Amino acid sequence: MSASESYPDDLLYHPEHDWARIDGDEATLGVTWYAQDALGELVHYEAPDVGATVTKDASYGEVESVKAVSDLISPLSGEVLEVNQQVVDAPETVNEDPYGAGWLIRIRMTSPDERMELLSLDDYRKALEAG
Amino acid sequence: MVPFAGWEMPVQYEGVIPEHRAVRADAGVFDVSHMGELEVEGPTARDLLQATLSNDIDRLAPGEAQYTLVTNDAGGILDDVIVYRLDEHRYLIVANASNAAVVHDWLKEHELRGSDVRDVSEEYALLAVQGPRALERLGLAPAQAFTWVMDEIDGVEVMVNRTGYTGEEGVELACMVDDAVELWDAVLARGVVPCGLGARDTLRLEVCYPLHGNDIGPQWDAISSGLGWACALDTEFTGVETLRRVKADGPVQKLVPFVMTDKAIPRQGMAIQGGGEVTSGTMSPVLGLGIGLGYVPAATAKTGTELVIDVRGKPRHAQVSKKPLYAKERT
Repeated sequence: MSASESYPDDLLYHPEHDWARIDGDEATLGVTWYAQDALGELVHYEAPDVGATVTKDASYGEVESVKAVSDLISPLSGEVLEVNQQVVDAPETVNEDPYGAGWLIRIRMTSPDERMELLSLDDYRKALEAG
Repeated sequence: MVPFAGWEMPVQYEGVIPEHRAVRADAGVFDVSHMGELEVEGPTARDLLQATLSNDIDRLAPGEAQYTLVTNDAGGILDDVIVYRLDEHRYLIVANASNAAVVHDWLKEHELRGSDVRDVSEEYALLAVQGPRALERLGLAPAQAFTWVMDEIDGVEVMVNRTGYTGEEGVELACMVDDAVELWDAVLARGVVPCGLGARDTLRLEVCYPLHGNDIGPQWDAISSGLGWACALDTEFTGVETLRRVKADGPVQKLVPFVMTDKAIPRQGMAIQGGGEVTSGTMSPVLGLGIGLGYVPAATAKTGTELVIDVRGKPRHAQVSKKPLYAKERT
């Protein structure tokens, strides 16, 4: 059961189809509706370890559908505080609710200014339209 | 749609997983018209096929079908095919799309006086209707596996073959290419779910049917590939001496099915520790586990042996399993 297409306006976006929800010095990360739709039903989430370091624009994990593997690109740098175990156990949660129950990791940002480089909803939509 | 052996093929319609489940629970249809068809005809057709195919063609009566291999001089597999005996001196070979030309040329090369090999791929469309309710939905009488009859479905004349590539009961319907759309629509109207290449791959892998180009090929002999059961070593065919020797000495490497015991999905090309390689891998939609086929040294080919697979730099554990990985009675 897939969610219908949406892009919330309270998120910051990365051109590799990842989103960040910033709360103080912490951020929650996930993939956008577009990413989950392109991959199809997810069947595996290779998550980073809690305490691991993630770097902006670098891979912090993988998601897989039956046919394809995709790197998860971090929109921000930081330290992993929490991994969404619900997605590890039931990866299709990302397809059902990519911005809610389907979040992937929570981090403590180490370079909060990096947020300035992320896309607003409008800019992400433009990037999507430009293909 | 993706390019596949020169054809544009759908990977999925609704999704690999729902399509896979439809075939396991009810019925699904795959357009496999890309498969190649060759006709071999003439008083020496039998001799030609006995000399070039691994299985014993003499066990095949008109109305029957047989899984067999086209082997090279080293016992390697040029293609795995199904041969249908149409009548006393006429056979239909259904070959993999990407190998149809190879098989055609190979048979032509070995052609005998009194046998004629023709590529008739352009004349036929082929729809595989598979699943426990496939025959019922098509209004077909139950029939033994590996038999065929001429019949008619909603006015379309079809050759009904009790064969398939999913491990389910089902049929492969061959019709004239001009009737293909009508037949496809008729099958869908009977409530059969359209399925793409993605589900075809996950279904065949759950029941450990090898895919030519992934799991079997000219570089591996048929015994090492686990297809000794399709080789009549008491008959004379290309490569049989090598196959007899491999059988007598025991293969060095074997193709084995395995199930991941760690949470991970094996993929084609991944290394197996101790000298081996994954040739096919996926997530089994029914088992909910990573499954695959791969070559391992014979010493580690026993059921239950633990394997370590290099999943993009991470060691992940798997266990050699029995065929098939999925069987109805287990679920």
